[in-house]
Amino acid sequence: MSLVHLPPEIRRGVRDVAPLLIGIAPFGLVAGAAAIDAGLTPLQAVGLSVVVFAGASQLAAIDLLGSNAELLVVVLTGAVINLRMLMYSASIAPHFRALRSGWKSLCAYVLTDQAYALSIARYTDAEAELDPRERRRYYLAVGLSLWVVWQCCTLLGIVVGARVPDSWGLAFAVPLVFLSLLIPAITTKPKAIAALVGGGVAVAGEVFAVPLDLGLILGGLAGVVAGVIADERLSTVSGNAESDAGGEP
Amino acid sequence: MPTEYGTLAVWTAIVALGLVTFGIRASFIHLFGRLEAVPDRATNALRFVPPAVFAALTVPAFIAPEGAIAVVGNERLLAGLVAAAVTWYLDDVFATIVAGMATLWILRFGF
Repeated sequence: MSLVHLPPEIRRGVRDVAPLLIGIAPFGLVAGAAAIDAGLTPLQAVGLSVVVFAGASQLAAIDLLGSNAELLVVVLTGAVINLRMLMYSASIAPHFRALRSGWKSLCAYVLTDQAYALSIARYTDAEAELDPRERRRYYLAVGLSLWVVWQCCTLLGIVVGARVPDSWGLAFAVPLVFLSLLIPAITTKPKAIAALVGGGVAVAGEVFAVPLDLGLILGGLAGVVAGVIADERLSTVSGNAESDAGGEP
Repeated sequence: MPTEYGTLAVWTAIVALGLVTFGIRASFIHLFGRLEAVPDRATNALRFVPPAVFAALTVPAFIAPEGAIAVVGNERLLAGLVAAAVTWYLDDVFATIVAGMATLWILRFGF
């Protein structure tokens, strides 16, 4: 079937998401390859991508499973990373309120940074004036395109990862991916402080061998608290908050 | 560093993380109208989750890969610094991975 015969909002969604698909490909490859490297079976690697479908939390889970962290820490860390999607869910919920429950669940399952960002931009485009069905079509065209590409890249990563010798240290790609997320996330001074404290506490946890691998979660918590305090301090000193609410990728 | 967890344990982690993640995603979409919006204070705090958590995940892997802080002879730290520079200038995930892995391999195998 040609793309021309599809409803306009589906075509529009696929066209809008195309450049972002290239962006998620390396993540997907690493998610597959690193999972194999960490000792997951190919089925578990696919299962992780299908069941969780959230890149950063998948990589964290792979990393922690590979280093035999407590299972509760694996799940909690992944959950903390995915907490940002609470904001997306709240922000996009009014646009989905007319949908049936099944559609809502499908929309929730494919909610990602990219699907949220593109759809909310489309919905708030005054000239578009989409009805609920058009909104659903646009959103799912974006979300399911991302899903398909993510799964294909995971599979490719599994095949590649299984053929690369251990000495190549493919698992090192995981911290590299987080590094490439970390640096663009440091946009303000309070966020830099959050990163410094988060990284510092995590290193201390590693060096002093804090039990249950809690260093990571303590680092994350300490970083968030430090960021909030720094934000309040800096905004009362200078009189204007270094705020960038709503712009989080 | 293959995991020592058995099949059941790994699947438990996968399914638990999947359920929690779906719960987060579905929360407001399903309960719209019954659930108040995220409080401003929480939204403010959530902004600091990415830098704090990503730093906590990244920094130990570069500075203390074997559990102790290592600078001299630490190939991962050097590879991380090269990768950080690439991210800074290019802001490209793929380029960052290539730069970091290539540095690691050069240091390790001396191509």
